[in-house]
Amino acid sequence: MSLDIAAPRRSASTGVFARTIGTYGQEFIILAAIVALFIVVGFIAPRFVSQTNLTSIFSGNAYIAVAAIGMSMVIISGHIDVSVGSLIGVLATIAGTLAVNGYPIWIAWCAPIVVGMVITSLIGALVAYVRIPSIVVTLGMLSILKGGLISLTGGAWITNLPPDFLIAQFRLFGVPSPVWFMLGLTIVAAMFMRYTAFGRSIYAIGGNPEAARVAGIRVERSTVAIFAIHGFFAGIAAILFATQLQVIQSTVPAGLELTVITASVVGGVSILGGTGTVVGSTLAAILFAAIGSSLIFLNVSAYWLRSVQGLLILATVLADMARRRGVK
Amino acid sequence: MTTTLATEDASATPLVQLRNISKTFGGIKVLKNVDFDVRRGEVHALLGENGAGKSTLIKILSGFHHPDEGGELTVNGAPVAFSAPRDARNAGIATVYQELLLFPDMTVAENIFIGHAPRTGMALDWNEMRRRARALLDDLDSPDLDVDARVGGLSVANRQRVEIAKALSQDARLLIMDEPTASLADADVRRLLDVVRRLRARGVAIIYISHRMPEIFALADRVTVLRDGALIGTRPIGEVDDAALVSMMVGRSIDQLFPKVTVPIGAPVLELRNVSFKDEVQDISLVLRAGEILGIAGLVGSGRTELALTIFGITPATSGEILLNGEPVTIRSPRQARDIGIAYVPEDRGLQGLVKAQTIRENVSMALLSRISRASIVNRALESSMARDAIARFGIRARGPEQRAGQLSGGNQQKVVLAKWVATNPKVLIMDEPTRGIDVGAKSEIHALMCKLAGEGLAVIMISSELPEVLGMSDRILVMNGGRMVKTFDRSEATPDVVGAAMTHAGAAHGRAEQAGSAP
Repeated sequence: MSLDIAAPRRSASTGVFARTIGTYGQEFIILAAIVALFIVVGFIAPRFVSQTNLTSIFSGNAYIAVAAIGMSMVIISGHIDVSVGSLIGVLATIAGTLAVNGYPIWIAWCAPIVVGMVITSLIGALVAYVRIPSIVVTLGMLSILKGGLISLTGGAWITNLPPDFLIAQFRLFGVPSPVWFMLGLTIVAAMFMRYTAFGRSIYAIGGNPEAARVAGIRVERSTVAIFAIHGFFAGIAAILFATQLQVIQSTVPAGLELTVITASVVGGVSILGGTGTVVGSTLAAILFAAIGSSLIFLNVSAYWLRSVQGLLILATVLADMARRRGVK
Repeated sequence: MTTTLATEDASATPLVQLRNISKTFGGIKVLKNVDFDVRRGEVHALLGENGAGKSTLIKILSGFHHPDEGGELTVNGAPVAFSAPRDARNAGIATVYQELLLFPDMTVAENIFIGHAPRTGMALDWNEMRRRARALLDDLDSPDLDVDARVGGLSVANRQRVEIAKALSQDARLLIMDEPTASLADADVRRLLDVVRRLRARGVAIIYISHRMPEIFALADRVTVLRDGALIGTRPIGEVDDAALVSMMVGRSIDQLFPKVTVPIGAPVLELRNVSFKDEVQDISLVLRAGEILGIAGLVGSGRTELALTIFGITPATSGEILLNGEPVTIRSPRQARDIGIAYVPEDRGLQGLVKAQTIRENVSMALLSRISRASIVNRALESSMARDAIARFGIRARGPEQRAGQLSGGNQQKVVLAKWVATNPKVLIMDEPTRGIDVGAKSEIHALMCKLAGEGLAVIMISSELPEVLGMSDRILVMNGGRMVKTFDRSEATPDVVGAAMTHAGAAHGRAEQAGSAP
């Protein structure tokens, strides 16, 4: 941004380049960070860039990127969902239970998406119409889902999943399906956010809800729809998570919601709403996965991953604040 | 009886004196070499239009702003430099702001003594605090106000008393009151004026900011008028009358500033019949014609903006009828208003008009995204060309349609908001404070645009706190007070004096009308 202000008159080509950097600055930085990480760590530990490890990085974390797409939309609209980790756990359990109990596979795949959309629509309705802050609603939802999950499953793992159900282990052209899901959904969502009227109103609502309302955008209805879309992505993330192993644990990775939110925020989605892209959040999810894996290859305790995550959040939010001050 | 004290002290050194005070914000001088002083036991009224520099002046006095180099501020004859509001408070200067700064969930006593509560050792001395709060309130003739009441549950008038007691508890010698009666009912106004007189009798100096002439003549000992950041004059109240003050406030050549173009007035477009919204907008009937600019004048809180919000469906009418092109319409939401051809350029651009993080292109198309989309895909080419047209047509100074709206100057931001609404192709354009906070050059550009739009057959409603703007731009002027229409003027008969008088005296006139109505 500051680059643009400093030199208002320049040739068209550099103008477009600088503007692209200005608009997608965060995405470029993260992409550069990913490339640099692979080069440096790959140089130190060549097995880091082996096919097995790349598959594990991309495929094993694709569900986080998918969840982060919906999360990004929610945050861009000025809200947040801290319950997404537990939600994914519950939806995965639902899918697994249906599959194990002999329901048709397509039902086991569709159920988490539908249930996810119902639950997040409920969150959206409470946020939009009852005007409870989303952090409060989703904190409540977090406990409800977490408690419900443990009571229902009794902490037992779901085993004996039918092989047809394990969609995350399918491959297309040798590439695991979660990677295709991640790429496809990111592209579709990015187009949706950029080119559709509804996608654009999400930015308007997050940037200035009052102005959006005055401009005739149905803010409440849109908010519910945004949460419903988020539930759709959470449902797909849950299926990818549930089917990547032969068993489904009754718990999700600790702090999954934070990982998802972090991917959005570090990907350039302003925590205050109104700006950001889903491409950025997907890239950030990949960056985290790569950092986590590289720590293992560099013999650094995996516990440091959390600290790195935290540092990245702080750095990004600081950069966002600085940028906002510039815009203001 | 109270003025004797004031005159006795008048000869002594002023309590607070400003000499040659200026203040510059981002290159714009909002206060220009102002001299001002307040004496002990004096009520000094400060008058001026919005943007005249009153707020800046009181913010310098209360330590929020530093004046530019070259000015001098003295308290009791000694030069002082406030680096923070705390310094001003320690020097005995307290301010009661229009938006009261109290903690709603604390009690009256806690609010009064927050930050300087009496203590016994480490602990707060609650009994002493309640006793002193009681004494202060009794002193303000408010024995009915419970010191243990939660402030959030009090009326505005009572909260104001708490605010004044808080100032007195810190031994304020100068009390600045910023439009204290703007949101008070008549009975409360009278009580407040009594409180002010009591304080004056005790030797407290008071700077009293108000637009209401009757109050100023009832209270003030001297009056100072600011205009465009400059001092116009300070006069003893006995040497001026209404007309003199209004012309001091307004007095500039209106014809020069406003590029009003007379255009043929067409058929009625919008008609309101006895439209009301709760008690904020009462019984408004008007006819607005194509090509006409209808100015709405009135003080803050007179119901001007509320009327606009009602027409635009943000606060839908609770009774009455609205007709568009002769057809009755129901407007329950901004969306409906937009869809039938009403546009609203809001009072607060930042809050309701602009999405600063988005580009000019995205802002301009915001109100008609669905109209320029096919199968819900936005037509980018059309959108970009609309934005480029808007930039050319409205003279928006920007690098191009992809520049973020937040980076533009205030005047250009306003043009973007205007462009957004004109893009919807409305029949009626409501502009609320169209030039607030915009520099003079951009102001006349906005005014020229308004005339151009009216010339194209748009019916325009313009709400403004600036009398010259209302007088300079309107074909017809409607004066509001207390949610009602009190008077309408044709362009030819509107002068600053008569419109100003209608705005400020309307409350009294209206009161009389009501009494007359209820008498038989």
